[in-house]
Amino acid sequence: MPDLVQLTINGKAVSAPKGTLVIEAAKQVGIEIPAFCYYEGYSLQAACRMCLVEVEKMPKLMPGCTLPVAEGMVVHTESPKVVDSRKSMLEFLLTNHPLDCPVCDKGGECELQDMTFRYGLGESRFTDIKQHVDEKQWSPLVYFDAPRCILCYRCVRVCEEGMGVQALGIGKRGVATEIIPNAGDHLECDECGNCVDICPVGALTSGTYRYKSRPWEMNYAGTICTHCSDGCKTTLSVRNGAIIRANNRDRSGINGEFLCAKGRFGYDFVHSPERLQTPLIRKDGKLEPASWSEALSLVAARLSELKSRGAKFGVLGSTHTTNEENYYLQKFARTGLGTSNIDHQRTGDVPALLDALSGHENALATVGDLYTAKSVLVISSDLSQQHPLLAFQLRANYRHNRAAVYTVTPGPVRERDYAARSVVVAPGAELDLLPALADELKKHGNLVIVFGPAIKGGAVHSLVAFGDSLGIPVKYICLVSDSNSRGALDMGLLPDLRPGYQAEAQPGLALPEILAAPDLDALWVVGSNPFETAPLASRDCFVVVQDLFLTETAQAADVVLPSASAYEKSGTVTNTAGEVQRLKPGPKVMGAKSDLEILGLIAKEMGLDLGIWSSDKVFEEIRRTVRGYNVALPVIATGGASPTTPVNGHVPASRPDLIQDSGDTLFTSGTLGRYSNVLKSVMEAPGTLYKP
Amino acid sequence: MTFSQELESRFAKMLDNYPPGRQKGAVIPMLIYAQDEVGAVTPELVQEIAKRLSVKPIEVNEVVEFYSMLHRTPLGKHHIQICTNISCQLTGGDELWQHACKKLGIGHKQVTPDGLFSLEEVECLGACSWAPAIQDGYEYHHHVTPEKLDKLIDDVRQAVKAQ
Repeated sequence: MPDLVQLTINGKAVSAPKGTLVIEAAKQVGIEIPAFCYYEGYSLQAACRMCLVEVEKMPKLMPGCTLPVAEGMVVHTESPKVVDSRKSMLEFLLTNHPLDCPVCDKGGECELQDMTFRYGLGESRFTDIKQHVDEKQWSPLVYFDAPRCILCYRCVRVCEEGMGVQALGIGKRGVATEIIPNAGDHLECDECGNCVDICPVGALTSGTYRYKSRPWEMNYAGTICTHCSDGCKTTLSVRNGAIIRANNRDRSGINGEFLCAKGRFGYDFVHSPERLQTPLIRKDGKLEPASWSEALSLVAARLSELKSRGAKFGVLGSTHTTNEENYYLQKFARTGLGTSNIDHQRTGDVPALLDALSGHENALATVGDLYTAKSVLVISSDLSQQHPLLAFQLRANYRHNRAAVYTVTPGPVRERDYAARSVVVAPGAELDLLPALADELKKHGNLVIVFGPAIKGGAVHSLVAFGDSLGIPVKYICLVSDSNSRGALDMGLLPDLRPGYQAEAQPGLALPEILAAPDLDALWVVGSNPFETAPLASRDCFVVVQDLFLTETAQAADVVLPSASAYEKSGTVTNTAGEVQRLKPGPKVMGAKSDLEILGLIAKEMGLDLGIWSSDKVFEEIRRTVRGYNVALPVIATGGASPTTPVNGHVPASRPDLIQDSGDTLFTSGTLGRYSNVLKSVMEAPGTLYKP
Repeated sequence: MTFSQELESRFAKMLDNYPPGRQKGAVIPMLIYAQDEVGAVTPELVQEIAKRLSVKPIEVNEVVEFYSMLHRTPLGKHHIQICTNISCQLTGGDELWQHACKKLGIGHKQVTPDGLFSLEEVECLGACSWAPAIQDGYEYHHHVTPEKLDKLIDDVRQAVKAQ
């Protein structure tokens, strides 16, 4: 490799690329230089002075976090001078830091605590009375305790650089310096909680977790967020069967440590008092609690009876259930009930993209590609509101690699702050504008095009044709709305496409037609709420609903079966970029069963042979039979994201007219959001699109 | 928010002094001159300056929080700053400060009920050779004694009464 610099750290020979910081070079050879303010990926600060190291021939101790390596440099990180200076630094940091570790949320995972144990003096020469400042609440989710703050400015940087929000600043000066919020006495921001997460001490604490637990008293389940379709890993902290915190401090998953308000705080719907915990059966016109065995046998008996007389079924699936559940549901409908009347609320035209990409290789972008691409074109999506992780990736790509970002949207978006070009056009006119950008886009060498649900059907083909005309490698992401909207499409919850986008020989009815069919005999709704917007036409219809809550649809059902949320079950989900990731169960909600188990039990009652209903077995079948899903198991099993390989074949068009954006913002999440008091409690909720 | 013609042209000239894209460097002079005209750094003023410099209001607020000569509430017509730093302290700065507080009946960063005076205890005014020094608005007074201070205050009061 060219431009390698040779240096010595603690007697170890190190070679590192030119420009590497001493702190990073040391890390490479397993030498830890302690630091608070240094944070990989964000601007350098050199504020905490913990990383001071001794460099031969330099007169003073140097901050390792801002010092680039130089040829022949000799660094000592454990010399008496350095050790002594660390002790002094910690003594200074602790001058006004309250020693309230026993009640502080951060106790046990506090960087200051760890450093003091490891490098500290053990006692202080300062005997002055500590300056107390009362704790402040900045939002329902963020609290600030000024005396605990060590002024590392990580929160300020993550908010400004990472989120592009700039809601935090620095107020006053000297010993009185403290972090200030943007709206005087409170925050007006994304409420993402990344500032709370990145705080090395307990200065910023989370409104939902504070004073609830200690880190060693919880179990952790690394699973995938069940809100939007970006597929962020969120690690649930579970105590006594209940989630009390979510974060991703270990930086595993495609999102690193990033999470938005929904992923970090929007888990409370799981323990909502309105969760259904017992099956309900309609008796004398009223829904009455019933036992699982009674409800399941009733459903099985009615479905068997209706099937035997060739009844007309309708099956509606969910965009939040797992791939296994979606696969099993369509299998149940197609082979168990013998109907293709199966659909779900579609939120993006993936079939059209896969069809348009016929013959292309390597043309589906992953979330990671958004960080490495030289240029990115966003069409018809307010990314920062609807796909916060993708927006975060773009900002990081711009910050680190100066990527050229283009947006063509129906309204202003946050990306305009740094975009090479941010164009606002009338809805529908997005593609007309592209030729004008062509020459500019070509220059960058490669491109990722991210497009929202407004681009569908023929427009997707035009878009791909435009991409082809550029003559540079172009990859695509077709945005969909919910955590497994993509999986619902991939698994064939469609009347005209089977799993893996294979054409259905005898297409059935689509969602609006199912609801409008006057002669429908049975409707089976799994985890969706179609009656919220459209009524059921058929008068004499047996309606079975599996859901977490008594939604408008469940209220109209004959049998309601309480199902488990994504956080309570195993399985896999596919994000908007087509990456498969595994769910791990964290909390438990008594009385609810996973949709897969419910489906399996009904199948068993009906005497159908649809295979074992364990998520692993069903996933095995998916890997074998669904095109593109033969993914690497070790990657999935170890919590990684495995991209599904594109279907390289002709995919029939599948009703682009039914595609509709969910319209969710940072603070709404369909039915789940309605039952999340935390998301509803922030003053920014419900949020608006195209109003940066 | 609009300012006087004079201030507007001053701002326009000021913004020209900075290289393109670095206009936010003008935040301090803009704040101080606007404060002189408006009387205080009001939330509207912060918003206005942020807008004119294309930065978020919090960046302007950070500056306002940092500098003690920027204030969010109106001061007296005569803002008396008394230095109690080392040179002035040795020559009677502390006594001067006590005297002023007693005479005006107000303390640090407080305003008299008639709005005529406000007081501020400040660090070095850069006039050590003529200590103790005080500043009335932008005007310096050197070798100040309690008597001189009394006269200064009384003269102002007289002038107002005469009007």
